Amino acid sequence: MAKKNDYVRIHRNILLPEERTGKLPEDTKNVPLEMWVKGYLQDESAELGDTVTVKTAVGRLETGRLIEEKPCYALNYGEYVPEILQIDRTLRGVLFEGEEA
Amino acid sequence: MKDRSYAAVTGRKTEIIRDAVGVDYGKYERGGIAFDYEALMNDTGYSLEDHIRIQREYNVGNTPVFELHNLTELARKCAAPGKGARIFVKDEASNPAGSFKERRAATSVYHAKKMGYKGVVAATSGNYGAAVASQAAMQGLKCIIVQECYDSNGVGQPEIVEKARKCEALGAEVLQLTVGPELFYETLLMLEDTGYFNASLYSAFGIGGVETLGWELGHQFKERCGKDPDVVVCANAGGGNLTGTSRGLRKAGCKAQVVAASVDLTGLSMASDNQFNRKSFTTAHTGFGVPYATDPDHSDMPRSAARPLRYMDRYVTVKQGEVFYITEALANLEGMEKGPAGNTSLAAAFSLAQEMDRDQIIVAQETEYTGAGKHLQPQLAFARKNGIELLFGDPRDEIPGTNIIFPARPSLLKARDMDLNHLRRSLIKRQTRNLDHAITDAEIAYLMEETNAGEDFVRAALKELGV
Repeated sequence: MAKKNDYVRIHRNILLPEERTGKLPEDTKNVPLEMWVKGYLQDESAELGDTVTVKTAVGRLETGRLIEEKPCYALNYGEYVPEILQIDRTLRGVLFEGEEA
Repeated sequence: MKDRSYAAVTGRKTEIIRDAVGVDYGKYERGGIAFDYEALMNDTGYSLEDHIRIQREYNVGNTPVFELHNLTELARKCAAPGKGARIFVKDEASNPAGSFKERRAATSVYHAKKMGYKGVVAATSGNYGAAVASQAAMQGLKCIIVQECYDSNGVGQPEIVEKARKCEALGAEVLQLTVGPELFYETLLMLEDTGYFNASLYSAFGIGGVETLGWELGHQFKERCGKDPDVVVCANAGGGNLTGTSRGLRKAGCKAQVVAASVDLTGLSMASDNQFNRKSFTTAHTGFGVPYATDPDHSDMPRSAARPLRYMDRYVTVKQGEVFYITEALANLEGMEKGPAGNTSLAAAFSLAQEMDRDQIIVAQETEYTGAGKHLQPQLAFARKNGIELLFGDPRDEIPGTNIIFPARPSLLKARDMDLNHLRRSLIKRQTRNLDHAITDAEIAYLMEETNAGEDFVRAALKELGV
């Protein structure tokens, strides 16, 4: 459960499929335009899935469904990609070992 | 309360943009299709010297130029005897937020503050977001970045997710959207709701700011090598990088040939939800480069200040696998971990250097910062997860959205020429599509400027189109 002034992430549909512009590919036209933003919870308390209001970094109020409390960045460098090391071997082989360019 | 529907908000576009930029673009119109581009560029109130002063004050620019000795040597091993120009790179990653885009942001934010705006809004999924956020932080304004980040399954492009993180780290609010051009609708709403300044990528403030890059290059090479570089390669997406750099080179008296380079994403739709995460490059690609070169005015400004066909001498493409390859080469042979998208011009330069003599100079005019998500390893791991095959072979066989082909040998990395005359004809077609009168001599003169082509070429193209 999130309490007032907790930092959270919300989600809201901005345009439903039928409200989208006509010039789109079918796959895009068939889905809503969605939006995510973070901010400080303005409601006294809320559960995931509740519709809430947050105050964003610039001080705007945004409304949406609460989807994450204490949001963090899960970015990383991804799984092992063996091709990258193979590129290194080729490059050094050509430059320093006389292999064919 | 105003009507917030899509139709109503986009219907208020002209007024919203006018209020959010403080410029009435109507005064530059010259009748019919023509407008006075130089008046737009010269009317900002900021000279090149002013842009330089503002950038110095806010820690932008004056970036170093590095000679890439090992990449030059590698190119010479791939080239015919006597061929292989010296390859240089301008390390734009050393700007505070990690890219040349800060040159584009500095004066916009400065001007917004001077005009009394409390904040800035920018619609961008790229480095420009971090650039605006950084300048807004330094100059004490609020900042909202609107980005296209996720597909309809909520899966984010790692590169764009990283840029959101960076913008938030620099104090900005980030609105992350799913795929679609209606990002512009949300941006208009933000501008209207907040009364902030539209720090558009395509304003004269932004493009004027990039002129410092070309100006620095011209002077740096005169000092360091005693001569102009022979070729400057600019990555091309919206066209602002090439436009501003070329104008700056000219102002420095530099005669270098200017080559545009884009990642070849032919066949992928930029507005497709399904294809969004099947591409590994979210900028500097043909999906932006070609439409913006041939139809500059479909940006978020009434008239774009980025008009690359006026300036490019040549336009080449490189494949995704080739840019990843050169990104790894830059790390492994030159000790510089940058990019990957910012190495598009370097991939092209590596190939073009092989056509040139050894005493000639070619410059890739940018690098960009790298980090988790925005790096070849997570990008390639993400591609593989999305069913993209990673192969070694001849990159010309690469099919965007299906595979990524790394050159099996470095000599297989080849920049490929686009037909510039085809692009010029395409621009003429787009600009005359709604023409409701017999074309005037003034409009023909305008099209000659727009395409950097002669009168015979423009008249022949118009005849072909039946205009």
